[in-house]
Amino acid sequence: MTRIDQIQPGDQLPALTDKPDNVQLFLYNAALWNAHRIHFDLPYAKDVEGYPGLVIAGPLMGDWLTQCVLQWLGQDGRLAGIEYSNRQAAYIGETLTTSGKVLEVDAAAGTATVEVAVTNEAGDVITPGTATVRFHDTGLGHDSDRGAS
Amino acid sequence: MSGLLSKELLANIGKQAPPRTEVVTRRDIRKYAIATGQRDPRFLAGDLAPPLYHVALFWDVVPLEELTPDGVSIDKLLPKFPLERAMAGGLNIEYHRDIFPGDVLIANRTLTDIYEKQGRQGPLIFYEIIMEVSTETGEKVLTEKTTRILR
Repeated sequence: MTRIDQIQPGDQLPALTDKPDNVQLFLYNAALWNAHRIHFDLPYAKDVEGYPGLVIAGPLMGDWLTQCVLQWLGQDGRLAGIEYSNRQAAYIGETLTTSGKVLEVDAAAGTATVEVAVTNEAGDVITPGTATVRFHDTGLGHDSDRGAS
Repeated sequence: MSGLLSKELLANIGKQAPPRTEVVTRRDIRKYAIATGQRDPRFLAGDLAPPLYHVALFWDVVPLEELTPDGVSIDKLLPKFPLERAMAGGLNIEYHRDIFPGDVLIANRTLTDIYEKQGRQGPLIFYEIIMEVSTETGEKVLTEKTTRILR
């Protein structure tokens, strides 16, 4: 049995937990060359922009969504696409959980659609998204290695 | 169409930024992979780029004097909007090919839409930018649509 045949709508992806600290947030923004003060200047973030703490960069949470999908997918396929939106901010000190659930499986196309989300400690979904994965062609009739476009 | 978006402002739809070319290095992939807490050893070794690595690769590198006092670089592709406070944003990415160290990638960005919606607490402006990333030989790597909301 190939991997896609074992996957069903409703399947939960193993969740990931991240608790970025100042050092990780600094390195992330340095890797981007992002100097926005809300990510490293606490008095500025609080007094000027009115945030309760240092703001975790939005695309870092987008990255965790991809990691959640790839950890579940393993070597059985590839990420064909992902969309997400940063609905609510998160701050240094928070523990954030990234989880997902299979929405649809298209065995003929060799693809699956997965709902993903970053959730904060209060249970708010702060970064919802949807990913599409394409399973590798096993030579067993799945035409799964067609181009993604 | 309500009053916020003038004809002059909407005329910016379709505007393109000059193409940007960047070289992918193992060192930069490793920095990105470590900073994002990647779990896959191929990413941590820099053998393969994580799916959102291009966000770092094509983040604009501008001189210090071009950063605003809050540390933000102004995207020259964007007109001056009548609302300025950025709210939620989002990305929609379609992948065509993996990114490896040594790749030379070209990004072409286009401002594809500007529109207005009524939010609960007042008007909101949305804009969309599409970035097409390809190799030097024209092979498609990924297509990314960014949506930002201003209030």
